[in-house]
Amino acid sequence: MKKSGKKLILDTKGVDRVLSRLTHEILEKNKGAEEIVLVGICSGGVPLSRVIQDKIRSIEGVEVPSGYVDITLYRDDLSRAGYQPRLKRTEIPFSIDEKKVILVDDVLFTGRTIRAAMDALIDFGRPKNIQLAVLIDRGHRELPIRADYVGRNVPTARAETVEVLVGGETEEWKVVLREPPPGKGK
Amino acid sequence: MLLVKGGRVIDPGSGRDEVGNVVIADGKVADFLPGGESPGTFDGTVIDARGKWVLPGLIDMHVHLRDPGFEWKEDIRSGTEAAAAGGFTSVVCMANTSPVNDHPEVTRYIREKAASAGKANVFPVAALTRGQNGKEMTDFSELFEAGAIAFSDDGSPVRSALVLRRALEYAKAFDFLILEHAEDHELSGEGAANEGWTAHRLGIPGIPSAAEEIAIARDILLARFTGGRIHIQHISTKMGVDLLRMAKRAGIRVTGETAPHYFTLTDAAIDGYNTYAKMNPPLRGEEDRMAILEGIVDGTIDAIASDHAPHDEYTKRCEFVAASNGIIGLETALPLSMALLAGGKVTPARLVDLLSAIPARILGLKGKGTLCKGADGDVTIVDPEVEWEFRESDVRSKSRNSPFFGWKMRGRAVAVLCRGHVTHSLMKEVTPDA
Amino acid sequence: MEWRRKHVLGLADFSAEEIEFVIDTARSMEDVLTRDIKKVPALRGKTVVNLFFEASTRTRTSFEIAGKRLSADVVNFSSAVSSVAKGETLLDTAKNINAMMPSIIVMRHPASGAAQFLSRYVSCSVINAGDGSNEHPTQGLLDLYAIIKSKNKVKGLKVAIIGDILHSRVARSNLHSLGRMGADLWLCGPGTLVPKEMGRSGATVTNDIREAVRDADVVMMLRIQLERQKTAYFPSLREYARNYGLDSEVFSLARNDAIIMHPGPINRGVELSDELADSSHSIILNQVESGVAIRMALLYLLAGGHNAAR
Repeated sequence: MKKSGKKLILDTKGVDRVLSRLTHEILEKNKGAEEIVLVGICSGGVPLSRVIQDKIRSIEGVEVPSGYVDITLYRDDLSRAGYQPRLKRTEIPFSIDEKKVILVDDVLFTGRTIRAAMDALIDFGRPKNIQLAVLIDRGHRELPIRADYVGRNVPTARAETVEVLVGGETEEWKVVLREPPPGKGK
Repeated sequence: MLLVKGGRVIDPGSGRDEVGNVVIADGKVADFLPGGESPGTFDGTVIDARGKWVLPGLIDMHVHLRDPGFEWKEDIRSGTEAAAAGGFTSVVCMANTSPVNDHPEVTRYIREKAASAGKANVFPVAALTRGQNGKEMTDFSELFEAGAIAFSDDGSPVRSALVLRRALEYAKAFDFLILEHAEDHELSGEGAANEGWTAHRLGIPGIPSAAEEIAIARDILLARFTGGRIHIQHISTKMGVDLLRMAKRAGIRVTGETAPHYFTLTDAAIDGYNTYAKMNPPLRGEEDRMAILEGIVDGTIDAIASDHAPHDEYTKRCEFVAASNGIIGLETALPLSMALLAGGKVTPARLVDLLSAIPARILGLKGKGTLCKGADGDVTIVDPEVEWEFRESDVRSKSRNSPFFGWKMRGRAVAVLCRGHVTHSLMKEVTPDA
Repeated sequence: MEWRRKHVLGLADFSAEEIEFVIDTARSMEDVLTRDIKKVPALRGKTVVNLFFEASTRTRTSFEIAGKRLSADVVNFSSAVSSVAKGETLLDTAKNINAMMPSIIVMRHPASGAAQFLSRYVSCSVINAGDGSNEHPTQGLLDLYAIIKSKNKVKGLKVAIIGDILHSRVARSNLHSLGRMGADLWLCGPGTLVPKEMGRSGATVTNDIREAVRDADVVMMLRIQLERQKTAYFPSLREYARNYGLDSEVFSLARNDAIIMHPGPINRGVELSDELADSSHSIILNQVESGVAIRMALLYLLAGGHNAAR
């Protein structure tokens, strides 16, 4: 019996297959890559949106604009985030007006991050619609938010954590479900 | 009748430093019996002073009693209580009251109130100029008759050299003493702390040491020119001590005092905008502090006087430049001065000179500053070994503006007699008279 | 690093790390300023009180805009204090405002140490917007930020600060911020306005403007208060401008790509010639821009996302 249980949910190959399927779903639902822009949510959604951008390029031959947004200034749960969350940068170097914005994040949990991301996007412009693509949906929603494209559903206990790790230059992916260490309550 | 038994009597005034017994009768020193001699049966109170020092009552020649006019900061009763608690039997109070003590009525008021409610002898200093405005001299002889023992505009310097000259020349005929707060007002300007690295770091406007030095030089030279007598108050600078030394060597009739904070603290004490270390003249640098110590050792400095300046909390609890100047000092003067003994360069007899004998001589206080036969029954009994902590709860003054709270002190007045009455006692067997 | 300060009273004890952290945060804030909707909800529901005892439209407006961009409620208290002797007003004012429970008080006061004093008597955070001659930390930070944006670095740059150094809280804060980040600092002004203690700060002190400006990367001119001439710090403004004002001739001694800075407002023709004030070398307007970003950063770091005061 391990001290802090760790379970591998997806490895590099697994993540790649999942993202291929998501990309196809996005293209299918939107009838192609026209009017699509990708916005990754810092920081987990950023590498994912880049992979999706690459895949769209190889499938459709189209370069879809891709950017990223830091939602720290829009969060409603900063007091729970510990001391002082560090601000990251936001780069959306294109107009999102009348575009279909695909928000990309690694793990969908309470839904608050997505709400903050939508607030931020609406301050940037007026998109035609906003769609959500997530690698993992782990349940426990606190707001009426749902993903349009889900890589994998992973039922979890509240105290567990799901980590999406991207390793170095070789781009090794690992999606891990971690049990909380015993004895530490919160 | 009182017998102070078996203490070490340190009385440079009568050339004495030996264990013995002092007899007080009718408010005067009646007799001294050396060594172990006890006067057989004694019909009166006995104070066991064995292991203690027995000194002529200490005299603080620079005190602000704030009465009349600022009684919420201090009054004659509380101020003299603080004096007694600090080991003092006489205090010399300055004239910057409200109304200013420039009229015999005010002088009489102070003397009368002290006589009825005071716990120490109070010798008022009258203002040098009317309203301390630096322009017209007060009626010196009438004030003297009302009880003023010297003249000073302390709180402020006399700005005009001409006015000071005239005052010195006029006072000379009567041998009146002028006490001068030496400060060149224009140079000190808006300054609030010693002009130096600390003030600079804190962005506080500075008071250059030259402001004091120039004034002292002026005062000395005017004394020289007129042949009059002058006493420089609260010396804080090295050059000030040097000038005083030079003046004395030249035979000029000048004396000088310093306050315990100038040989104990430097301007580093104001760090963090500590208003409880703010006073005028300000605390200076380490070089100045060392020079003052040297002046005490070599006799240049004649007296230690506390410049007791009570202030209510409200005027200290504000931004540094707006805070009032001054700290209370009656209850810390003696222990801080006794710290000088540690180095070995200052002897107990020298301390008695600085805190009693010389002030009495400078001010012409007959019967004070000594324990010879016929002298006034003012006695300060000191425990030189006791270690104690200066706490706010101990303070008898109405005000609490001191930077010394929490300091560990060594040496303390444990019983004080003023004209034969016990005005203060920490000794169980000795109770203060009503 | 974790931001741990409750107050921003001065830069004297800021580490290089802390300074960099503020600059980084300011960069993110500057992103907000480039959007159409220049507002984020980070300080929603929080109150920022601008407590200004000295007239200052510029700094106060900057803080006001910064607070509003973060969705804070900004309240302005101006108090004309005619003399510093009215010290009691500050304590009473502090207690009164504290009772209204603001998240942050931004204060400018004519007495050195006033910000530190205030911080002892209120339970919220305090930002010093200038206390007497002591410090003006947000100016020190925004000047540093403006230089970094212009030159991409500060380390090793020769920075000349010229003018009334004695009374300048801007100079003192800049000595801390630029000094800590490795600039080669030069201080220049008339003998009456450059205190001798200045040398102890590590800067080079000179009374010769040419020496200061020669090969400088940054020339920062300080405002000369016209009243100083009346209290005999220098003979006349003409004399001052002649020897300590920056004109094209003196500025030609600086490096070709040198930048000119000034905390404002400028006395045209005294510290700076018209020509130079409006030239491409001047980054004075960038300073103003940087000011809002820096102030947003500090407001956010002190009050963003915390329910209770630390």
